[in-house]
Amino acid sequence: MKKTVLYEMKNLYRDNMRVTGYEFGCGEKSVCVVGSTRGNEIQQLYTCGLLVKTLKRIEKAGLINENKSIIVIPSINSSSMNIEKRFWPTDNTDINRMFPGYNLGETTQRIAGGVFEKINDYEYGIQFASFFMPGKFLPHVRMMMTENTDIEDAKKFGLQYIVKRTPRPFDTTTLNYNWQMWGTKAFSIYTHETENLDESSAMTGVYAVLNFLSQSGIINYSTHRGYNSSIIDADELYDLQTPVAGIFHPLCSVGDSVSKGQLLSKIIDPYEGKVLAEIKAPEYGNVFFMNNKQLVYANQILFKLTDDYTIIRKAENSEQQ
Amino acid sequence: MIKVASVNLPVDEELTIKKERIVPINSTGKEKRISIVTGTHGDELEGQYVCYELNRRIKKNIECLKGIVDIYPALNPLGIDSITRGIPAFDLDMNRIFPGSENGIMADYLAHKIVEDIKGSALCVDIHASNIFLMEIPQIRINEITKEELVPLAKMMNVDFVWVHCAATVLESTLAYSLNDVGTPTLVVEMGVGMRITKNYGDQLVDGILNTMKEMGMWTGEVNSVREPIISYDEDFEVNFINASSAGVFIPATKHWVNLNKGDHVGDIVDPLTGEVLDEIHSPCSGILFTLREYPVCDEGSLIARILERDEKI
Ligand SMILES: [Zn+2]
Repeated sequence: MKKTVLYEMKNLYRDNMRVTGYEFGCGEKSVCVVGSTRGNEIQQLYTCGLLVKTLKRIEKAGLINENKSIIVIPSINSSSMNIEKRFWPTDNTDINRMFPGYNLGETTQRIAGGVFEKINDYEYGIQFASFFMPGKFLPHVRMMMTENTDIEDAKKFGLQYIVKRTPRPFDTTTLNYNWQMWGTKAFSIYTHETENLDESSAMTGVYAVLNFLSQSGIINYSTHRGYNSSIIDADELYDLQTPVAGIFHPLCSVGDSVSKGQLLSKIIDPYEGKVLAEIKAPEYGNVFFMNNKQLVYANQILFKLTDDYTIIRKAENSEQQ
Repeated sequence: MIKVASVNLPVDEELTIKKERIVPINSTGKEKRISIVTGTHGDELEGQYVCYELNRRIKKNIECLKGIVDIYPALNPLGIDSITRGIPAFDLDMNRIFPGSENGIMADYLAHKIVEDIKGSALCVDIHASNIFLMEIPQIRINEITKEELVPLAKMMNVDFVWVHCAATVLESTLAYSLNDVGTPTLVVEMGVGMRITKNYGDQLVDGILNTMKEMGMWTGEVNSVREPIISYDEDFEVNFINASSAGVFIPATKHWVNLNKGDHVGDIVDPLTGEVLDEIHSPCSGILFTLREYPVCDEGSLIARILERDEKI
């Protein structure tokens, strides 16, 4: 293992911010793994730490294949993490909206640019990411469909789900998107948590990366923990919204299989305790995402469900036409 | 007051986006409409004075009004009332969610209602105030894809500067882009500085709005004469950006909106701990300083100034 400072920025009174990379193996730049880009991504940071610990052992055991190198960057935003801010301490910009960056530009453009020039030539890029809506996910690999994406590569993680999505205008400045534009095959991995730690899904994230490394011939080690991934389109996830604002009282958990009509949550009137709305599953499916904020706003997405019958219904509909 | 959109918040509060509609005497309801909007960013307050002053001047001479004026002083009421730039609780930049959607989350829904309400105006003016870091001369920024239609309108607005910039994909989610896209001409004004009101800029813009209304046949009252703006096209004039080469405290050595010669002293970035000058900043070109840093503390990379490279003086 080689620990290197990839990028360093001086602050006025605070310590310098260092972006540190841990390199394993040597030769061909095979895989780059990035952890937190935002200050609240504690689970992403922790998962990288566990990965570094595991890769150290794998390297020591001589299980990294010849002419393959892996780099893990646990955080590119320690300045925000240390003061519990989600975005950049001074101007509140999001480093993950600044790629490919610009080394003569604004502060976070420089950080993005400085890091990106060190990591834009890997064959594969993996980011432990967080969603813009606060909540818990079933662990999955998410990929933006561009001409550079190959779904077969995503299967190598052996995660239960692969979510495909079409990039939107605001995606064009993310790390994932720019990796793809520069020819790196990029994936985002989501585990259960962001601000809080979830040991089990952090390990799921570590195993997913190890599965990927082993399936891609980068390490000679197998975890025997893979799934045959189901591929879903982000648009096919069924969004369950609350019609009213109030207190969110969930009656299920992420990963639950739910049946048609099952009561998934109640929205409670904060002053009078009465039930304002009942949220029921419209179809048989799995709870793929669940909001984890206690106060909810009207139209807020509480759940994203996989719909077990989508394909059947699509076929039925096209027959009718 | 008219409710543009409203939603209930979780604990006994209704969030309402309000507008004031001023109609001419004996209105047929078929007159041209101008929409003045501001407060997308809760820390930008220059537009507050403009809304107040425009309201006041029009109502005082209501007989001169020949069109409908809609004034939206707070597109992000939660942000303004809590000194938050984005939408509080959602950590979202409201100017990155347009055109929104009817069934989307709260912010998307509000964005959708705002676009639906403004759509169809003969002109929309979206007033921004830079941010807390930078002081801007009153200017209108135009995406080059809409320059044919918007530059002539911008010239009537009494701003000092019109900046026609290149298209950028991320800007496709702004209010102005969404409105221009559905055929409602929308001008984006940037002026002054965040969290403050620069009254003379506000008066200048109110003069410009009334002048534009007069040109459009919506106002018959007296108007003050307007200035000819400097118009800069990215392909013709170079806008030079000066970014801090080091973290420190910025002490300006020049005023804002002045002519600079190449090499003129713009300011210093200093270290109060040691008394050292960390970066002595000189102008990279001759031109006009139209953006100047207002907030002293800077990081490496913080924007210090923008200079429009140009031989002609103001
Ligand atoms: Zn603004």
